[in-house]
Amino acid sequence: MKPLQPLLQVRKLAKYYGRRVGCEQVSFDLYPGEVICVAGESGSGKSTLLNTLAFQLQLDGGSVSYRLRDRGLTDLATLPDATLRELWRTDWGFVRQNPRDGLRMRVSAGANIGERLMAIGERHYGAIRSTALGWLARVEIDAERLDDPPTSFSGGMQQRLQIARNLVTEPRLVFMDEPTAGLDVSVQARFLDLLRKLVAELQIAVILVTHDLAVARLLAHRLIVMKNGRIVESGLTDQLLDDPQHPYTQLLVSSVLAT
Amino acid sequence: MHDDTMLRIHRLSKHFVLHTQGGVRIPVLDGVSFELKRGECLVLDGPSGAGKSTLLRCLYANYLPSEGDLWVRQAGSLLPINLASATLQQIIEFRRTTLSYVSQFLRVIPRVSSLDIVAEPLLALGEDPAKAQDRAAGLLARLNLPERLWHLPPSTFSGGEQQRVNIARGFVTEKPVMLLDEPTASLDAENRDVVIGLIRESCARGVAIVGIFHDAQVRDRVATSRLPILPATTEAIAAAA
Amino acid sequence: MSAMQTGYNFGYLDEHTKRMIRRALLKAVAIPGYQVPFGGREMPLPYGWGTGGIQVTASVIGPDDVLKVIDQGADDTTNAVNIRSFFRKVTGVATTEKTTAATIIQSRHRVPETPLREGQIMVFQVPIPEPLRWLEPRETETRTMHALSEYGVMHVKLYEDIVRHGRIATTYDYPVVVNEHYLMRPSPIPKFDNPKLHRNPALMLYGAGREKRVYAVPPYTDVRSLDFDDHPFSIERWEQPCALCAATDAYLDEIILDDAGRRMFVCSDTEYCAGRQAAGHKGEQAA
Repeated sequence: MKPLQPLLQVRKLAKYYGRRVGCEQVSFDLYPGEVICVAGESGSGKSTLLNTLAFQLQLDGGSVSYRLRDRGLTDLATLPDATLRELWRTDWGFVRQNPRDGLRMRVSAGANIGERLMAIGERHYGAIRSTALGWLARVEIDAERLDDPPTSFSGGMQQRLQIARNLVTEPRLVFMDEPTAGLDVSVQARFLDLLRKLVAELQIAVILVTHDLAVARLLAHRLIVMKNGRIVESGLTDQLLDDPQHPYTQLLVSSVLAT
Repeated sequence: MHDDTMLRIHRLSKHFVLHTQGGVRIPVLDGVSFELKRGECLVLDGPSGAGKSTLLRCLYANYLPSEGDLWVRQAGSLLPINLASATLQQIIEFRRTTLSYVSQFLRVIPRVSSLDIVAEPLLALGEDPAKAQDRAAGLLARLNLPERLWHLPPSTFSGGEQQRVNIARGFVTEKPVMLLDEPTASLDAENRDVVIGLIRESCARGVAIVGIFHDAQVRDRVATSRLPILPATTEAIAAAA
Repeated sequence: MSAMQTGYNFGYLDEHTKRMIRRALLKAVAIPGYQVPFGGREMPLPYGWGTGGIQVTASVIGPDDVLKVIDQGADDTTNAVNIRSFFRKVTGVATTEKTTAATIIQSRHRVPETPLREGQIMVFQVPIPEPLRWLEPRETETRTMHALSEYGVMHVKLYEDIVRHGRIATTYDYPVVVNEHYLMRPSPIPKFDNPKLHRNPALMLYGAGREKRVYAVPPYTDVRSLDFDDHPFSIERWEQPCALCAATDAYLDEIILDDAGRRMFVCSDTEYCAGRQAAGHKGEQAA
């Protein structure tokens, strides 16, 4: 097996809200194509971790390094704003819990998908449209809806549109914040299945925050359990769920109705 | 480690500490050691609850060993790795390229058809999707799963039907090591014979197998060696208050 | 030069204000297309009537300047007349209707047909200076987008136009990229006038009074209208020439003549039209 280089390297990441600990002492490596799930209950620090990793929040300690396409592993804090924002437009994605936060609700589905392409310089209307159509098919949205605004979509469709909008530039890393919270169970199944296929096909690394261990079981290779802002246990998803070592992990796993 | 040796397990011990039950310590495996060569079918013998499934799960890295070394040879690699100290990436790769695991129960994924479930390990190895589907179909046919079920997700199947999907998924690739946990438990005699045939063919092709079979006849017909697993000698120890 | 009304500083604004605005204009000229904030003053007319343009003109006008003011291309509409009269009162400078004779031309919503020359200054009246405002209400965000040239979102608007109307439907205030960096609103001039901005020998100044921003396009600067490769930028065309002067290269206004719906098309630039008629060009409806 040829040695792989990590895509993302997190070392002793910390984020505080005044004296309150958002998250601290968080360290892990993420490799290309790996799906890591960060699980925990409310207040565990999982959302803080995600937002700090994605540089939506300023970190207070530690470092996050990302392997840029042309430069190798680089500490993100050393990058100028312009480079970070470009990373956001091309190599990273963020699927938000509420699709209204992740879509432009007043423009058409096609424009939502095409925006990233236009942002990186695509200037052929026909090409943008046909790429958008291709993506609608991949996320199982009817081609007829290409020119409809997302306000006319169901919640599940909006979430699937959000996937398309994020994946159109084939990013190498996607952050997801409780993407299935608020979806009906059958809708959730469809969404997760789609995600599973696309992530495997495009070899995308994913950091997924959820409180739902069943989602972790289905999607993630690795699992990180957080409590009170710290990692209490981490490892292979199936190992953590079937043979949890830490008392809190055991409590979490035993509390779930069915995993 | 000898070239033909696929697994070398040295003094593997496994206990559980149940914090949700006051920290009681439950020993399961106590110093298990064995070697497994290509083409061997090692059958684990022992009473129910002795730790046979636990041993398989340790080999799959689904359970963390408490003590001991688990040296495994990977497909396409010269150096063996020790599962007890391997990185997560190494274990993921090991499972993908070297190990097939047929657990007792099929883990059903909504919306994925049985054909796709069976074909998935082949796709993970980079096989052409059409060829993968063909091979999956062939196995399901051999296991007498009615064709009308192939394009349905197995969530509504009977126990025996689900188990056959599980078995097909285990045999669809030619990975050098296979773990089988009660594969024939829910099967009728005819399908039991099919599974025995599959096991013997795989061994003939050099696959190394570790298996648990509750049926003595099946055991007799596939085993090339046996390993007795006895319940751990030390009693469950309650944690100090 | 006519008599200036007493009691006002030259140009209505005090010298400190004029200096402040000129500093802002210098910065604007140094960074073509970039919106420079300025401290807008109370003017004797409300927002929406050209206070930005008036403040710019007031800051650059000198006793030897010759001022032309047009509104929708015409010198004789109420607004143009009033603004011209205002400047006559507070500066005493000469005014004109001839484009070639003017040194400063303040305009609402048109660029004159007569080509401009070096040394002339165009002052445009701008309602909303920010081209991204429709999409992004936060000023902090639009400033960052301009700094980083993040204009993909503007193409989203054009894309939506084509989706809804089959073509880019914007016909005035059509967004342009200046000097290959900043995205700019050229003020509500018809897109017909956009090509005139490209590498124009005159200095173009833009003033937005309500939003308190000025921006500029220095002479001979690249100004490119946004479009798609397969939906290129195009200007308006008419099927007939001007009914008065037979011009085929001017922007025409449509005038309804009677209740039966008869109409005629005439140059919007009245001075240009009159000049052509004086030179002997006659259209169908020429007097």
